[in-house]
Order: sequence, then structure tokens, then C-alpha cells
Amino acid sequence: MTTDPATEKQQGSEEEARAQPAPEMAYNCVVSYSRNQRVIHPSKDQWFTTAQALLEDGYRMCIDLTAVDYLTYRAQRDLPEGINPERYEVVAGFANFVTRDRIRMRTQVNADALTISSLFVLYPGSDFMEREVFDMFGIVFTGHPDLSRVLMPESWVGHPLRKDYAIGAIPVQFKGSSKAEGSRP
Amino acid sequence: MTAIDSEETARADTTKNPDPASRPIGQLHLLPHRDNVLRMTEVRMAETANERIDDETDQTMLINMGPAHPSTHGVLRLMLELDGETVVRSKPIVGYLHTGMEKQAESLTFLQGTTNVTRMDYISPLFTELAFSLAVEELLEIEVPERATWIRMLMTELNRIASHLLFMATNGMDLGAVSMMLYGWREREQILRFFEKTTGLRMNHNYIRPGGVAADLPDGWREDVQALTAMLPDRLDEYDILMTGQPIWRDRLQGVGVFTADEAIALSTTGPILRSTGMARDLRHDEPYLFYDQVDFDTVVGTYGDCFDRYAIRLNEIRESIRIVDQCVEKMPEGDWRALDAKVTPPPRARIDESMEALIHHFKIFTEGFKVPEGEVYAAVESPRGELGCYIVSDGGSKPYRMHVRGPSFINIQTLPHMMAGGLLADGVAILSSADPIMGESDR
Repeated sequence: MTTDPATEKQQGSEEEARAQPAPEMAYNCVVSYSRNQRVIHPSKDQWFTTAQALLEDGYRMCIDLTAVDYLTYRAQRDLPEGINPERYEVVAGFANFVTRDRIRMRTQVNADALTISSLFVLYPGSDFMEREVFDMFGIVFTGHPDLSRVLMPESWVGHPLRKDYAIGAIPVQFKGSSKAEGSRP
Repeated sequence: MTAIDSEETARADTTKNPDPASRPIGQLHLLPHRDNVLRMTEVRMAETANERIDDETDQTMLINMGPAHPSTHGVLRLMLELDGETVVRSKPIVGYLHTGMEKQAESLTFLQGTTNVTRMDYISPLFTELAFSLAVEELLEIEVPERATWIRMLMTELNRIASHLLFMATNGMDLGAVSMMLYGWREREQILRFFEKTTGLRMNHNYIRPGGVAADLPDGWREDVQALTAMLPDRLDEYDILMTGQPIWRDRLQGVGVFTADEAIALSTTGPILRSTGMARDLRHDEPYLFYDQVDFDTVVGTYGDCFDRYAIRLNEIRESIRIVDQCVEKMPEGDWRALDAKVTPPPRARIDESMEALIHHFKIFTEGFKVPEGEVYAAVESPRGELGCYIVSDGGSKPYRMHVRGPSFINIQTLPHMMAGGLLADGVAILSSADPIMGESDR
């Protein structure tokens, strides 16, 4: 990968971006700042290659990987120009131990094609995190060795953290209380 | 540092291998035990019980450990493939304590949110409250008074001591040092007594809230805390005599569950497990939050990455925490213990009696909640188990649009198959105990 001219160009532009006070691009992705936290917005196709570039740049640990279902909040939200909001967003945080930097990747995933590359080969620690996202949102990570439910039972139907998944409630009956029974219509 | 060394060796390896295409990408190849992770569904495992084994070479056995095993610290289930007494492959199965807390958080206001997150890591509840509060404050962009920050530091460090004491107790019991169980609980109880006095509860405090803390420290807190920090060092020395120097204890732990820095980083491990490999990674030093840059303490690191290192790190982290607590007592300023920002803080009780507006304001904050500006933010703290992060997306309403907690236990459980591979089943208990997972936080 280091001999690839495209990557060298990419790393070069990344250094330039750091020198400027308000960088727009890093790792070929649009950069934004959310409460002073650095966020890059790769496209779904760039997801794996951007993570690879981050790894080679010293971001050795995938700290967190999760997703958000933007079903009921689909306005332009805080996305930078040129990024089209989709229903799902996969978010991954990375840490560099040498420079003590952090960076976050946010990628829009269309509800019609709920797949994204797995980062398992790059960051094996993303194993459980991707399984959790699959479990909770139904997003399929291609290339994951064992994409199965992790928190919900294997036989569960549905993906609980989706916004159209009802929170549900179990009706409580107060048995033995004559008052409660009497008050029921 | 070990990580840099290993990076250099990794680079040296690539120079040996001139063809870049054949060089493995990523960090998966850094895991020597990557094939020792059992990838089998629970249904498939259940089916194997009824299968006839005709193959003479198939001598391994699949067994379950947990979810109700006393040394699994709750409801962790391990699916183990054993060859005799040796663990070949294993798979941790979590989720038995899953209660949908992240989903629930979406229907609770930001003020109610801490009551929810505090129940995740029930051994060190103040850390989850802190991570959540820091994330909300980051979104609100409000300043927390100095005294509130020092109180937060004091309380979380005491909580770290309590959590590590519980580890001492359970680690001792798992390995047969049953008297340690009693000593660990006994000392922890003293700290919980102080918590009860301050927050009203022994666990699940809901004490650290967005904007500050729920109440000021009680009268006489200084004497209480000083009594604790005076009592603990001698007790820790007792533990040293009881366990650290004992040949049986050392034989049981040294060289068991060895883990390297490369493996730990690749598997996103944080906390004492990562530090036991020699990586001096502690958010309190590396990315100081609260006022950790104003106190003097050391990061404890290990050398061998075995169970003994993980035990020794936690024991010595208690000593470091005592140092921090002492400095907090010394530096505790006078002042407010919650932000006097009318947006998040209800008016004082006396104002409610005399002002209609204050009553309305009070009522609004507790029924509707305060509104948090749009945005997404990640805040992390160093919990006794590693990096505890909280990712919050706000759509501008009074409830989080999405709240995600990066539970260190959940991520650290992934290391178990790697540490247990090739070891004895009995050592598996030691390894599991030294990873110190809290299932409430893992499953959420």
C-alpha cells in the first residue's frame, strides 16, 4: 500500500490539511469538526481504504464502532457540503497513541443496500462491535468472519435500535387488588 | 515503549518481504491465536450433542462454561473446545444481561439519562455517569464549576478503589484465596458507606449529572475520606503479604494468559489488560479530562502481560488512586457544585416558594427536560476496566437521538479466546478473572 502513488498523494494532502487552520479534506474525505472533534466523511466505498490509510498513518486502535438510524431526523443535520444524508450512518472512532489524536469516520449507508465492508482484517477488535451493529441495526459487514447476533438471542427477529422498532411494553396487571380490578372498565 | 518497538519490528518485517502485495494488510496477522476463536453458533453447538462421533481423530470436546458459573462474574457464557484439559478454541457468548439500555436512553431526557447509564457498570457506576455527563456538557458547551469537577474526581477515584477492591476479592476467590474475598468486600464496604452518606445510595448513584453533581459533599466528608485513605495503605500491605509474595499465588498467575501489546492494540483492548503488556496508555495521562493534569500520579504498567501483571497493576492502581484522593482533599475549593446555568439547573428551593416563574422553570426542567443543541459528540473516561466512552447524537430536543456507550468490558471480552488458547481449563478461570468483565456494562 505504501508504494501505491495514490496513497502517497493522499498522505501528502493530509499533511497539508493539518498545516492549514481549517482543513477541508483529509484521507480524500471531507473533514468537519463536531465540538472540536475531528470527523471525516468517507463514502461507503471509501470506508475500508480510508480505515487502511488511518491504520498506516498510526491510528492503530479502533476505539468504537457503532451506527445511528436517522429515520426521523433526516434534515441536513451537521453534515458538511456534498454529503447526502441517508437513513443509516456507521460511525467509527480511531485513536493514535503516539500523537494522542483521535479521529472519527462517519459514513452514510442507504437503507436499500445495507452492506458495508468489515474492518475486521484491519482492526480485529471491531469483531464484537460490528456484530453489535449487525444485531441492533441489521447492517451487514461484508468480510466479517462470524456475523451473528451478539446481544440478542440468535433466533430474534428484528433489529431493536432501528427507529421503527417499537420500544414495546408489557402490561402489568395488579392481581389480588380489588381496587385495581374495580377501577377497570 | 513496546508499541513503538513493535511498530519498528513490523516495519523490519516488511523490508524483508519485498513484494508489497504479499504483505498482509491490517493487524489480523498480529494475532497468533486468531484461529483459536471458535466461530460456531449456539444452535450448531447444541446439535453436536446428538451427533455420533465415528472419527477416531476427532478427540476434542465442546463444553459450556456458564452462564451461571460462579467464576464468570455474572452471566458470561464461554463455549469451549477442549482437548483433554487444554483449551483449543473458545467463544465468549454475551447478551444474557441485555436490557436494551441504549434503546431506553432514547426515551429518557438528558437529566434522566444518568439514572439509566449508572446501571450499566454496576461496580463502578460513577464512571458511566461521568462519561455521559461529559458528553452532554460538551454538546451544551457549558462550564462546570471547579468544585464540581474536584468532587467528580474525588468520587470517581474512590469508586476506582472500590472497584479494584472488588476485583481483589473476586480474583482471590476465583483462585482459591477465599479469605481475600472477605477482606476485599470489607474494605469496599467502607467506601460504599461514604458513598451512601454522600449520594444516598451504595450503588447506582445518579450523583454525577450534566452540569455538576447532585449534591454537595456532606458535613465531615474530609474526615471520612481521610479515614479511608489512612486505613487503606496498611490493608493493601496486608494483601501483599497474603498474596503478592506467596509462591502458590505466583505460580498460579505468572505466565498464565500471556498477552502482547500488539495483540492488545489489534483487539482494541484498553485498561489494565493493555497496560499489563507494557503500553502506558491511561486516558488520565494521555488525554486528561477533569483536572487530572493538576494532580500527580503514575501510570502503572506491567512487563509480561500475564495474569499476575494484571493483578499487580490493579493493586498498585489503588495506591495511585489514594494519592489522587489525597490531593483532591487538599485542593478541594469552595464554591458551587453545579453549574449556575439556568438552562440546565433548576432554581434553588427557596426561590420556588417566592417566585411563580421559578416554580414553572423547575417544573419544566423536570417534566420536559432541557434542550440540548444539535450535534454528535464522543466523550471518554478511564474507567477501572478501560476506556469508557459515550457517543451521543442530539437532534436539538430534550432527549438524546442516539446514545451509545463504548463499554470496555464488552470489547475486552474479545481477548479471552486469545489469552486462553493452548492453556489449561483451570487457567481459564484465572484469565477470565483477570480480565474483570462486568456483564451489566458489556450487555447494556
